[in-house]
Amino acid sequence: MNDVLKKDELKAHLSPETVLGQLKQHGVTHVVWLPDSETNWLYLLMKAEPSLTLVAVPREGLACPLAAGLTAGGKVPVILVQNTGLMESGDSIRGWLFGFEVPVVFIVGMRGWNRHGPRTADTSPQYTEPFLNAFRINYYMVESDADASRISLAFEEAKKTRHPVAVLVGDEYHGFIR
Amino acid sequence: MFHTEDFLKAFKPHRGDAIVVPGRGGKHWVNISDQPDLDLPLGDPAMGGHAAFAFGLALAQPKRKVVLFDSEGDLQMGLGILLTVAEQNPANFYHFVLDNECYATTGGQPVPNAKNVDYAMLAKGAGYPRTHSFTELDAVSAALPEILGKPGPVFVTMKVHADVENKPINERVRWRTRSWVQVVGDLQRKLGIAA
Repeated sequence: MNDVLKKDELKAHLSPETVLGQLKQHGVTHVVWLPDSETNWLYLLMKAEPSLTLVAVPREGLACPLAAGLTAGGKVPVILVQNTGLMESGDSIRGWLFGFEVPVVFIVGMRGWNRHGPRTADTSPQYTEPFLNAFRINYYMVESDADASRISLAFEEAKKTRHPVAVLVGDEYHGFIR
Repeated sequence: MFHTEDFLKAFKPHRGDAIVVPGRGGKHWVNISDQPDLDLPLGDPAMGGHAAFAFGLALAQPKRKVVLFDSEGDLQMGLGILLTVAEQNPANFYHFVLDNECYATTGGQPVPNAKNVDYAMLAKGAGYPRTHSFTELDAVSAALPEILGKPGPVFVTMKVHADVENKPINERVRWRTRSWVQVVGDLQRKLGIAA
């Protein structure tokens, strides 16, 4: 019984290796990010990956013009932030990402989100999807390794539309905490 | 204190083949530069991001100098970028700040603590290895060969007169002749970057 539960739990995990594999598959060169506790294991993998340059910012809104500059210079950034930081970035998303038609993927840790949706004591997930809809940013929820193809969809959509696209990482299921 | 236009004229002979992000100096620079395909006159996409944009460009093009003419109001909105630049330590990034002590494009209201901020000290404290402050055009003009001749990142703050605008935005003369997408596209073609 315990073994069965364990297998189910593993199936429900989104492993950092899966995310890293997606970044490499889509030619990502730079990860512009502000870490949260859930992404620390991913950080360790990214740091050890020679094809990636990590660029830490102290406030998420700075990630948008930085990504725009990297893209203008021919590189392929992703922006890795928490949902709170995504919302902090509003005007920079408008001006620097939509304004410059930057095909960048946001990977967003959904702090406070669980299998029942955003109905938790943390208010941040309640606002995340309305925020994305207000900014007309399409998004894909990713909860486990089985959802990895959605990350690919996000990259392909960003490239096709030349707009930012978001991947929302459902906090409860992912395996970034080890 | 000196005029931005005069400084940009003094800078031009030292430019070489650097990429220039002229920031709030853009309206002057577009009439001074003779390499528009290497210029990124952006106007105001979203205030507080010029330094991050130019720094991103410098990371992406490490073999080419990137010169930014930032403004103190823009920098105040995104001061944290100084830390990121210093950590990444891009040798090709030259960060000039045109400090007119006010929000000139909204009528000239003073920025917070306008007359007392030492931006060079902020940059030094963030970890920029070289910083300079100038109040006179002759002094900065004389220093330009050394500033641009050594590796970055370098931070140069200058006191300049404000070109205050009071007209509503829709009534102002548009000095940008290319859209943001066109500006970036022209640069990418010049550098041989596939869009």
